[in-house]
Amino acid sequence: MEQKKHWQSFGELNNSEAFNAEVQNEFKEELPFVEDESTLEKGGSFLQAKAPRRDFLKYLGFSTAAAAVAASCEMPIKKAIPFANKPEDLVPGISDYYATTYVQDGDVISVLAKVRDGRPIKLEGNDLSPLTNGGTSARVQAAVLDLYDTARLRFPLMSGKEASFENIDKAIAAELNGAAVIVTSSITSPSTKAVIAQFLAKHPGSKHVTYDAVSHSSMLLANEACYGKRVLPSYQFDKAKAVVSLSADFLGTWLNPVEFAKQYATGKKLNEKTPAMSKHVHFETVASLTGSNADQKYTCRPSEIGAIAAGLLSAVKGQPITGINDVKLKEGIAVAADALIGNKNAALVVAGSNDVNVQIIVNAINDAIGANGNTINFGVTVNYRQGIDSDFATVVDDMNAGKINTVLFYGANPVYSWPQADKVKSGLAKVKTSISFNAKLDETTALCKYVLPAPHFLESWGDAEPAAGYYTFLQPTISPLFKTRPFEDSLLKWSGDATDFTTYLKNEWSRKLGSETAWNKTLQAGVLNPTSVPTAGASLNGAAVANALAVVAASKPNTTIELALYQKIGIGAGQGASNPWLQELPDPVTRATWDNYIIVSPSMARTLLNIDLNNAGQADDYEVHPPKKVVKLTVDGKSIELPVLIIPGTHPQTVGIALGYGRAEAVGKAVIGTGKNAFPLACIENGTVHFNCTNVTLSVTGETYPVALTQTHFRYDTAQGTRTEVVKEITLAEYKKNPTEILEEREAETKPYGGLEKYEAQGTIYPVYERPGIKWGMSVDLNSCNGCGACVVACNAENNVAVVGKPEVLRGHEMHWLRIDKYFSGDMDNPNVVFQPLMCQHCDNAPCENVCPVAATNHSSEGLNQMTYNRCIGTRYCANNCPFKVRRFNWSDYSGADSFPDNQEGIVNDVVINMSDDLTRMVLNPDVTVRSRGVIEKCSFCVQRLQEGKLKAKKDSRPFEDGDIKVACQQSCPTNAISFGNANDKHSAITKVRVENPNRSFYVLEQLHVLPNVTYLAKVRNSDEHEAAHEASNEKEAEKKA
Amino acid sequence: MTILRSLAKIVSIFLFITLSSSIGNQLNAQDGKSLFSQNCASCHAVNKKLTGPALAGVEDRWPDKKNLYAWIKNNAAFLKTGDAYANKLYNEYNKTAMNLFPTLTDKDIDAILGYIKSVPAAGAAPAGGAATSTAPSDESDSTLVFGLLTLILAVVSLILLQVNSNLKKLSDDKAGIPAVDPVPFYRNKAYIAFISIILFIVGGYMTTVGAMNLGRSKDYQPEQPIYYSHKVHAGVNQINCQYCHTGTYQGKQATLPSVNVCMNCHMAINEYKGEALVRENGDVVDGTAEIKKLYKYAGFTEGQPWDATQAKPIEWVRIHNLPDHVYFNHAQHVNAGQVACQQCHGEIQKMGEVKQFADLSMGWCVNCHRNTQVQFKDNGFYSIYEKFHEDLKSGKLDSAKGITVEKIGGTECQKCHY
Repeated sequence: MEQKKHWQSFGELNNSEAFNAEVQNEFKEELPFVEDESTLEKGGSFLQAKAPRRDFLKYLGFSTAAAAVAASCEMPIKKAIPFANKPEDLVPGISDYYATTYVQDGDVISVLAKVRDGRPIKLEGNDLSPLTNGGTSARVQAAVLDLYDTARLRFPLMSGKEASFENIDKAIAAELNGAAVIVTSSITSPSTKAVIAQFLAKHPGSKHVTYDAVSHSSMLLANEACYGKRVLPSYQFDKAKAVVSLSADFLGTWLNPVEFAKQYATGKKLNEKTPAMSKHVHFETVASLTGSNADQKYTCRPSEIGAIAAGLLSAVKGQPITGINDVKLKEGIAVAADALIGNKNAALVVAGSNDVNVQIIVNAINDAIGANGNTINFGVTVNYRQGIDSDFATVVDDMNAGKINTVLFYGANPVYSWPQADKVKSGLAKVKTSISFNAKLDETTALCKYVLPAPHFLESWGDAEPAAGYYTFLQPTISPLFKTRPFEDSLLKWSGDATDFTTYLKNEWSRKLGSETAWNKTLQAGVLNPTSVPTAGASLNGAAVANALAVVAASKPNTTIELALYQKIGIGAGQGASNPWLQELPDPVTRATWDNYIIVSPSMARTLLNIDLNNAGQADDYEVHPPKKVVKLTVDGKSIELPVLIIPGTHPQTVGIALGYGRAEAVGKAVIGTGKNAFPLACIENGTVHFNCTNVTLSVTGETYPVALTQTHFRYDTAQGTRTEVVKEITLAEYKKNPTEILEEREAETKPYGGLEKYEAQGTIYPVYERPGIKWGMSVDLNSCNGCGACVVACNAENNVAVVGKPEVLRGHEMHWLRIDKYFSGDMDNPNVVFQPLMCQHCDNAPCENVCPVAATNHSSEGLNQMTYNRCIGTRYCANNCPFKVRRFNWSDYSGADSFPDNQEGIVNDVVINMSDDLTRMVLNPDVTVRSRGVIEKCSFCVQRLQEGKLKAKKDSRPFEDGDIKVACQQSCPTNAISFGNANDKHSAITKVRVENPNRSFYVLEQLHVLPNVTYLAKVRNSDEHEAAHEASNEKEAEKKA
Repeated sequence: MTILRSLAKIVSIFLFITLSSSIGNQLNAQDGKSLFSQNCASCHAVNKKLTGPALAGVEDRWPDKKNLYAWIKNNAAFLKTGDAYANKLYNEYNKTAMNLFPTLTDKDIDAILGYIKSVPAAGAAPAGGAATSTAPSDESDSTLVFGLLTLILAVVSLILLQVNSNLKKLSDDKAGIPAVDPVPFYRNKAYIAFISIILFIVGGYMTTVGAMNLGRSKDYQPEQPIYYSHKVHAGVNQINCQYCHTGTYQGKQATLPSVNVCMNCHMAINEYKGEALVRENGDVVDGTAEIKKLYKYAGFTEGQPWDATQAKPIEWVRIHNLPDHVYFNHAQHVNAGQVACQQCHGEIQKMGEVKQFADLSMGWCVNCHRNTQVQFKDNGFYSIYEKFHEDLKSGKLDSAKGITVEKIGGTECQKCHY
């Protein structure tokens, strides 16, 4: 078979036996009812097994009897209970949208909460915020589930026992004399800050310390050293034509990725007539989301970042690069420098390092390329991260020295996330009065004497100032579910102020805005934006740079194995760990769920694990079996044992481990047995926490541990192996040379059927149907999509998609209607990556429809491939016949929807059972059926939203418009990669996208003549080396064959 | 037989649809009485002081009819003109502001005033119901006739068979063919085969019908916590359905009224003096006692001001139940589709306690979708179906049949199941 350009797995790259066997099998399971399993083992097929007639009759008899018993039950009497007094503006069954704000540990995203019959069930981005423009992230989408988390604290605790707020207030009033220390995560709310200030004034000697689990201390300190201001400027990737990132994961976890993803995508949108794109050069230690999207990327050691920064500074100044010996890296620096110099005043360099010197050098580079005042704006500073690590280190020392009597924790969880957690614990034991305000009994809260449950942000009033001058507001969307009290209320009370925070906030803002009416109006919009945005640069302090350069130059090159600790997009620093949606969201980089692990490069796999991925047998052995080898990693006397995943794109001498796992069991069922805490491996140098270490030793333990990896799920091929590439990728240079390359490719493919124009009619024996009125269509721009996964979680929330738990994911049973496929191309050690969101393609000539024996799936006149759950009898023929593998089968009773109770016990794990708890179920969307066991389900194009949008237009007696409908994935996307609408309407957005991008549009597996309703726009990469690398790999392949 | 039956059903359903839609139109007629019940009745009665004054003789009390018009349309503005009578009235009723009716025309007001005049003085019986159209006669059951006929024919044929066999026996005797031992009919294979086939067919039919009726509850009429008569409210007193079922035009659920909506009127209406209320089983219901039940839920003591926060919701028994996997939206049908309430709920204005009128089966829904036309020309939404508009004009599509719900995809699975 011809070598494919793109590959998903090592087996596919090697075209191995196991790969070819697996792609022939739709389902991993053998068919049931095999009396003599040895028949199968001997290589016989199911058909040769003894006929299980008796079993068949037994099951038939039982199911008939069961159905009869179930059906003859008496109809239950149902009640219809109206309100006692109906609120005026509430219509049952109609959703209200309230503008509020997602706030978590310094992350701020303006959202609209969809409230249905008093319950918030979905968060959508707020278009009025100029920072996010309606974008969200996976964590924002999943936040609504946290509201209904059964692990939330239900009442206040005093010394571990239930207490009332009054008693706690009394006790604390007696104890609170003298200085107190308030430890919080980054607080973005001006009002909360004012309340804290009031408290500090009332209790002289007290102080407020900001603690961020993964801080940006080095940037704050570097800016202080360079510009005299301890602030973070706002970055404008949209204005940057060249972006160089020194392992800063700005699309995933760095500062505010939603904002940056939006800006970054504007530079990547391609106008077919005047093709131009920004260029992104990335230096990567461990494969990351941002690196995967880069136009050109180079792998390096974490310890080399300083030298690279110094080299880049020299290069942009036109000086020779010193201190870098690696040829490829040198080339990378030259490429980066060229891009930066070529786009002076429109270029930007960012670094993810927590080393002050690196950040100072990066400041110098940005100064040299004219970024300040252009792509970096010191006129609008951002408040996302304010913590300085050394401040908290002092608190820990003070606690241990017995200098602190009272400590208050709000949003900070140092017992879990401080590298020297033992010191925090011992210190905390010496503090007389420890108070925690937290929604859950997390690691720190569990050690505090007083626990005052904090409300969820959807239950709270508040404000936030993510960037100077940009305000966004919180209003409650539901009455507090439990006995909770806002942090601010307690502080106000304890500083002798009788007003509660709600009144405080209202008074404060009514005063600022002039009237209560103005406040209400602002609250309705949810945001308050500055009328004009100030722009300011900053002048660089050269002395600091010289000093930093000297320090970097003095450090010796490292030759040992290095460790990079990183955050996953869903889990973060542990905030997402208890959320089942986020745990089950395949990490975009590794496509693994429910665990953390050690990431190694293919070349290290060869030396450490004896797995040569170019050897088909060894690659299969690694890939086919979920249990992965466990390796003991030791650094600085601390060790951790985790399974190993081989991820191409990682530096050969660097390993990576995700933070945020191994949480305390009290924070939720989802954390039990999922991963290990890697924070203790971080080290503190010069008061700053560094998330990378040198001198790492690795040893194979001989044990294995299963990792639920989804990268190899849902792949398929025909018996003839004729399934060709499903993604199309092209470089900008190639595109400029021949813009119609992809179009020509499609034309050639369909040539036997009369070419593209006549393909629909001539490629089939079926008649061509008319679609009067509406024909739904979707388009996904692979250039904008960065694979962040917000759409996957949004789809979960909107469509009641079940969580199945790790054991089921291991069996390939995950239910996601929308998955993001990850394709590699080129060199295995540093391949290019393309993400492709794949959902039901709603084929007009759908192969699934023809094979359903009960017509449970069929086509609508609007072009939807419909799935009717109640008609489905679960033959799974449709899933078998789907070339895209987007149909999902309910193998077990994931949702608790079966008529028979106890169909879950012992079959699915506790996390799944907990998802059907009465509290958790409040998150379900009442417009979407909860599927029961034994039926197929799949993407419906959010048909409930389509119907709602059409009805809205009908009620107003007007034609339906684009604005009436946004499907869930489209709404959640921070980069507007997804367009959706009526393809029959000449003025709709979807038609425009298709008309404006004829050269990049393509259908997946077009040659099958399934006529999908989803178009993709091919990925265009702004690099020239791509084709060369591809040719090289082809040559290598040819050599091997020879 | 079954074909005939279903034919009869279709005919009767069709008849009913025509009849009931005419009822719907009648209800929509903007005469004085309905205007009064829609706009005024929540605060005013003709002969009784409620939230506002009794309206009998209102024209005589106002010196100028023009002022009266202005007052009704926008009382707040009129008050500001400083009119003495208006201000006196305002103060007399504790400065309770009257609702604004900017949409009422002078003609409408005249119609209302005309109605007020037409109502006899207190003590007289309330005006008869306006819904005068006759209900369609119950499905004329010819099944019985056909059944009887079949039975008679079967008996006749049996007798004939018996006669035939006797005659054959006689002729055989004559011909000298020795008679075979008579086989009793219960061991006759032909009989057994015939009977088992009949049993199979009848049994199969009954099982299927029975199975199909599982979970259906046509004619379900549970006893409710309060005997609430739609006949009294919607029939006799002509209260618009949406006065109570406020969600009908906007949302999925029609919604049941909350206690404060009941109390809007029942603060004043504390006794029932109308026609005797009789349950289906013949029991007579004391209307006044039922109103007192409402007061109990509302936490209202007569003669004292009502504190709405004391109200408790009424736990009505739900009559119309759809399975969870069915999506039904009232606004879609009533607002966009202009379907009258009675089409699905029967002659609700004649029901005492509500009874489920339709079986709410999928066949029932689909049949209606096949026959009912959408508001193709009147609703701007359908302008996107350009081809159908052209075909209607050119006569390619039968304009009498029009564009049915089915034609625009209204019988596809995912219109109701998702």
